[in-house]
Amino acid sequence: MSNPQETRTGKAPVLAPGYTFATVGDKISAIVLTRRTTLGWVLGFSVGLLLTMLLLVAVSYLLVKGVGIWGINIPIGWGFAIVNFVWWIGIGHAGTLISAILLLLNQPWRNSINRFAEAMTLFAVMCAGMFPVLHMGRPWLAYWLFPYPNTMQVWPQFRSPLVWDVFAVSTYFTVSLMFWFVGLIPDLGTLRDRSQSRIARAAYGFLAMGWRGSARHWKNYESAYLLLAGLATPLVVSVHTVVSFDFAIAIVPGWHTTIFPPYFVAGAIYSGFAMVLVIAIPIRRFYGLGDMITMRHLENCARIMLVTGLIVAYGYLVEGFMAWYRSDEFDFFMLKNRMLGPYAPLYWLLIFCNIVAPQVLWSRRVRQNVGALFGISIIILIGMWLERFIIVVTSLHRDFLTSSWGMYYPTKWDWFTYVGTIGFFVMAMYLFIRFLPMISIFEMQTLLPQAEVEAKAK
Amino acid sequence: MKRAPIFGLMAEFDSPTALALAARKAYADGYRRMDAYSPFPIEEVSEAIGHHHSRVPLVVLVGGLLGGIGGYLMQYWISVVNYPINVGGRPLHSWPSFIVVTFEMTILGAAVFAVFGMLALNRLPMPYHPVFNVERFAFASKDRFFLCIQANDPRYDRVQTEKFLQGLNPKQVSEVPH
Repeated sequence: MSNPQETRTGKAPVLAPGYTFATVGDKISAIVLTRRTTLGWVLGFSVGLLLTMLLLVAVSYLLVKGVGIWGINIPIGWGFAIVNFVWWIGIGHAGTLISAILLLLNQPWRNSINRFAEAMTLFAVMCAGMFPVLHMGRPWLAYWLFPYPNTMQVWPQFRSPLVWDVFAVSTYFTVSLMFWFVGLIPDLGTLRDRSQSRIARAAYGFLAMGWRGSARHWKNYESAYLLLAGLATPLVVSVHTVVSFDFAIAIVPGWHTTIFPPYFVAGAIYSGFAMVLVIAIPIRRFYGLGDMITMRHLENCARIMLVTGLIVAYGYLVEGFMAWYRSDEFDFFMLKNRMLGPYAPLYWLLIFCNIVAPQVLWSRRVRQNVGALFGISIIILIGMWLERFIIVVTSLHRDFLTSSWGMYYPTKWDWFTYVGTIGFFVMAMYLFIRFLPMISIFEMQTLLPQAEVEAKAK
Repeated sequence: MKRAPIFGLMAEFDSPTALALAARKAYADGYRRMDAYSPFPIEEVSEAIGHHHSRVPLVVLVGGLLGGIGGYLMQYWISVVNYPINVGGRPLHSWPSFIVVTFEMTILGAAVFAVFGMLALNRLPMPYHPVFNVERFAFASKDRFFLCIQANDPRYDRVQTEKFLQGLNPKQVSEVPH
C-alpha cells in the first residue's frame, strides 16, 4: 500500500500531513463529545423533524383513507411509491460500494467517507422500505410478505419477483446494519474511554460491549469485517438487479428488456455518489474536516459519477436501439411516446440532468470546484429521480390497448410523502452526526505512516 | 483452581513497532497466555502473540451453507409439497425462479454468522474485564499500546516477569488487579 499522505503528481492527499494517533481521534470524537451543539445543527435538524412530521401526517391520512389519496389509478398503479422506492434504494448503493467494494479493492481513501456513507445507506433503505409497504393498501398486514406458518395456510409465491424483492431488500438492510455496527464497535470503545459525562460513558460503553482492542479480537474482527465486505459486494449488485426484475420480468413495453439489471445498478451508484457528495461537502465545511475529507475524495467521487453516468447513458442508447431493432410496434411506440408524448418535457429534462450536465466533470477545474460539484450532484439526484418516474409512468400509461390509456398526476399527498421521507433522511443524518463518530477513527489511524510496523519487528 | 492474586502484568508502549517487538520477545521467551491491546488492528502483533488463524471464516462458511440450503429447501417444500399452485401445467419444482431467494438467504446466513460468530469468538459482550482496572488503559483506544502477560501463564512469576517486561523498554509496567 502506498503512503496515503504522499502527494503524487499534485493529487491532494487522503489525510493532510501532521496528524498523530491522538489528534486523529481527538478531532473526530470532539465533534460528538465536546463540541457545543451549534445553531446550524439545531436549524437543520428542525427542518428534518418538521418534514418528518409531515410524513407522519401523510401516512396517517393514508391509513385512514387508503391509497386513493395518491394519484395512482389503473393503468398507472405504481406511481410515486415505486419511483421513490427505486430512487432511495439506489442512493443507498453508494454507501455499500464505498464501504465494501473499495475495501476489497484496497482503496485507503475510502476510510474517511465510509462511515457516513454507510449511515446514508441505512437511512436511504429505511426511506425506500416505507414506500412498498405503504403502497400495499393494508400496510398493517405487511408481515404477510414473509413465509411464516399461518392459520390461513397460504405461502408466498416464490416465482414472483416481488417476493424476491422482499428477500433482497430485507437482507440488504440487515447486512448493511450489521456491517455499519461492526465498523462502529471499536470507535464506540474509543468514545467510552474519552467521554466525561456518566450518561455518555454508560451509553457508549453499553454499545461497545466491552471492546478492549485485544490483538486476538482484532484478528477475528478484521476477518469478519473483510468477509462481510466480500458478502456485501455481490449483495449490493443483486439488490438493484432484483429491483430491476420487478420491471424486466413483466411484459410491459419499455420494461421487458435485459439491459435493465446492469443499467439499474449503474444508475444506483450514480445517484448514490451524488448523495455522498451532497452530504460530504457541507460536513467537511461546517465541521472543518477538510483535512480528512480532502479534495482527493471529492474528485474521486466525481470521477465515479462520470463513469457511471456514461454507463447510464449507454443504457438509454441501448434501450432506444433495441426498441427500434426489435421491430415491435408497441416498443417503438413507447420510445416515441417517451420522447414526444405528454411526458416529453420530463424525458428531455432527464436527458439534460443525467447525460448532458454531468459532462462538465471531464474538466479538472470543475472537479476541483466544491460549489460546482455540489450543484451537479443535486442535478444528478433530480435526474435519477426523473429517470425512475419516466420508467414507471411512461411505460404504464400507454401500453397495448388504446382503451386502457391514462395519465398520472401526483397529488399533494404523493408530494408530502416523498418530501417527508427526505425530511426523515435529513433528520436521521443529523442525529447520526451528532451522536456517533461520522468518520471511522481506527481506520483513519491506520492511514498514518506511524501505524506501519517497522521492518525490524516483522 | 486457586485464583492468582492479580490478573497479570501490563507494559505500556508508545508505538506499534515497540509493541510488536515486545510481543515477539515475550513469545520467544515462552509466554503464551498474554494479549496485546492497540487502538487499531496491527497484523504483526496478532501474529507475534501466536494468534495465527481466525476461526471466523469457517463459521461464515457454515452460516452461508445453512442459509443457502435452508432457503432452497424452504422454497421447495412450500412450492412443491405444502402449497403447490398449478399454473398452466408448469413444473412445480421451478428451480431457476428459486435462485434469487436462495442467493439472498446464503448472504444473510453468512453475514449473520460472521457478526455473531465474531462476537462469540471474542467473548463479547463482556461487561467486565480486569484490564480496565489499570487507569492508563483508557489510552489503549487513543495512542498507547499495551502488552499484558497473565498470571495464569505457567512461566509467570511476579518478580521475574516484571523484570522481563522492564527489559523490553516500556513506558511503564503496572499490575492488573482482578
